[in-house]
Amino acid sequence: MIEAQNLTKDYGDKRAVDGLTFRVEPGVVTGFLGPNGSGKSTTMRLILGLDRPTAGTVTVNGKLYRDHAAPLHQVGALLEARSVHTGRSAYNHLLALAQTHGIPRRRIGELIDLVGLQDVAKKRAGTFSLGMSQRLGIATALLGDPYTLTLDEPVNGLDPEGIHWIRNLLKDLAAEGRTVFVSSHLMSEMALTADHLIVIGRGRLIADLSVDEFVRKASKNIVRVRSPQASALRDLVVGPDVVVETVEPGVLEIVGLSAEQIGDAAAERGFAIHELTPQHASLEEAFMDLTREDVEYRTGQAASEPEEAVA
Amino acid sequence: MSSLAQVSAVPRLEHRGRVTQLRVALSEWTKLRSVRSTRYSLFAAVLFTIGLATLACAVVSHHYPSMSPRDKADFHPLEVNLVGVQLAQLAIGILGILVITAEYSTGMIRASMTAVPKRLPVLWGKALVYGLVTAALMIPAVLIAFFIGQSILSTHHINAAFADPGVARALFGAALYLTVVGLFGLGVGAIVRNTAGGIAAFVAIMFVLPPLMNVLPASWNNAASPYLPLAAGEAVMSVTPGNHLSPWVGLALFGGYAAAALAVGAVVLVRRDT
Repeated sequence: MIEAQNLTKDYGDKRAVDGLTFRVEPGVVTGFLGPNGSGKSTTMRLILGLDRPTAGTVTVNGKLYRDHAAPLHQVGALLEARSVHTGRSAYNHLLALAQTHGIPRRRIGELIDLVGLQDVAKKRAGTFSLGMSQRLGIATALLGDPYTLTLDEPVNGLDPEGIHWIRNLLKDLAAEGRTVFVSSHLMSEMALTADHLIVIGRGRLIADLSVDEFVRKASKNIVRVRSPQASALRDLVVGPDVVVETVEPGVLEIVGLSAEQIGDAAAERGFAIHELTPQHASLEEAFMDLTREDVEYRTGQAASEPEEAVA
Repeated sequence: MSSLAQVSAVPRLEHRGRVTQLRVALSEWTKLRSVRSTRYSLFAAVLFTIGLATLACAVVSHHYPSMSPRDKADFHPLEVNLVGVQLAQLAIGILGILVITAEYSTGMIRASMTAVPKRLPVLWGKALVYGLVTAALMIPAVLIAFFIGQSILSTHHINAAFADPGVARALFGAALYLTVVGLFGLGVGAIVRNTAGGIAAFVAIMFVLPPLMNVLPASWNNAASPYLPLAAGEAVMSVTPGNHLSPWVGLALFGGYAAAALAVGAVVLVRRDT
C-alpha cells in the first residue's frame, strides 16, 4: 500500500509534483499514467525517499520509506533505466545490493534465471542493451521478495516477448496480494496490464479510477452517417443531448445516439442511409483528451490545432 | 530468453533480514572489488611505491661515489626510499574520490540509496572498507620497498636499518598517510559528487595550495604552511629536521582534515536529493 498526502515537490521555482493525494491498493496492478514530464518519475523518487518532498508525505506500507528497517523486503523498485555501475557485472550488482539485507547468494542466481540474464550475468552492465538493463532492473526490484513494487516505465526497451512476460509477471505479483505500481506514458499498455489508473498531468492528479471506468468514459460513441438527405436527418435527430457535426456534404458524425436509434429514426421518415458506422475513440485518444490541458511539451503542430479537430 | 515464457511467479524468500552497518560494509567490499578502476589504481599505487623506490635507490647507489660531500651529507636513505609514496598518493586519492563519485555518474547511487535509505551507513561502509584495503596493501608495499631499496643502498653501506630511530615510524606512517589520503579523497568526493570536480578539488587542496602560500609574507607562510593537509600528513614520514609538525601530531591533523571532509560529505549525503 502506498499513500500520498498532498505530495508536492519543487525544483527551484518549477513545481514538478503539485499536491498529489492518492492511494495505491494491494492486490491489483495500478497504472501511473501521464505524459512525459508530468511528474511520474519525481513521484516515484519521492516514494523511495531519493528526493525529499517540498510539502506533504508519502508512505509505503504505513511508514516513510527510509524508516523501514529492511526496505528491500518492503519495496522493490525499478528506477529509471541505468541505475547500475557500468563497470560492474550484473551478478556483482545484485550481490552488493543483496548483501545490505543479508539476502543469500542463491537468491541472485534464481532471479538471474527468472529474468533471463544467465548468459550475460558475469558481463559488465555497461555493455547491456536497454532491454537487458530493464531485465536487470526487474531482478533488482524482486531481490527482497517485496510486498510492494514500484516500477518506472518497465516496458521501455523490451522486445514484444519481454513486454508480454512483464505484463504477466505484474499480474501474477498483484494476484499474490502485492501492491504493484507501474508508471507509463502509454495508455494502450496500461489498458492491457493495469486494473486501476492514477492519471497525472503537470504534477497534478487528473483522474483516479478503474481501467473499466476509464474505458467507459473514454468511448464517446460517435456514429458516422452518410445520407443524401443529410441535412434533413440532422434536423430530425439534433437535440439537447445529441450533437451533430457535418464533416463533409452528405456525411454526419452524431454523438448521443446509437446506430440503431439513428437507423430506426431514418427508416420512419423513409430517409436513405448509405453508411451507418459506430466509431470508438481509441484509449490513446481518450488519454490525450484527458491530459490535453496538461501536456508539458507539445509539438508545435498539435498546439496550433483548433480544439474541435483533435477530438 | 526462452525461459521467460515458462516462469511466472517469483520464487519466495524464506529468511528476511534487516540492514546493518556490517552488512552494508560487506556490500561496499563487493562494490570495491568488482570494478576495474579499483584494481588499476591499487596496482598503480603498489607499483609506484615499490618500483619508484627501487629505481631511485638504484640511481642514487650508482651515483653515490661521484656525489659531492655536501650532497652526501644531505642524503638520507629513507627519503629516497619513500619517493614512490608521492605518486602512490595520487592513485589512492583519486580512487577514494571515484569510490563515491562513480556511483553518481553511473546512477548506481539511486540503487544504493534505495537499499540503504538511511544513507550514512553507505558512506561509513565505504570509509571502513576502503581504509582497511588501502592500509592492508600499503603497509606491506612500503615495507617491501624499504627492504629492496635498503639492500640496494647497502652496497655502499649507506642504508638504514629498520631498528634505526624513526625508521619504523616513518614506514608505518607512510602507509597510514596513504590510507588517510584515500579517506580524504572519499570525503571530497562525497561533497562534490562529481569525478572531475572531485579530482580538481583534491589536487587543488593537496598540491596547488602549498606553493600558493609563497605569496604570503614569509613569516605568515612559515607559520601556516606546516598546517596544510599535505605538509601535516607528510610530517609522519619526515626523517630530517625542517619546518614541519611533529610526526604523529601532523598525521593526526591530516586525519582531522579527512574526518572533517567525511563529516561534511555525510551532511551533504543526508540533506541533498539523490
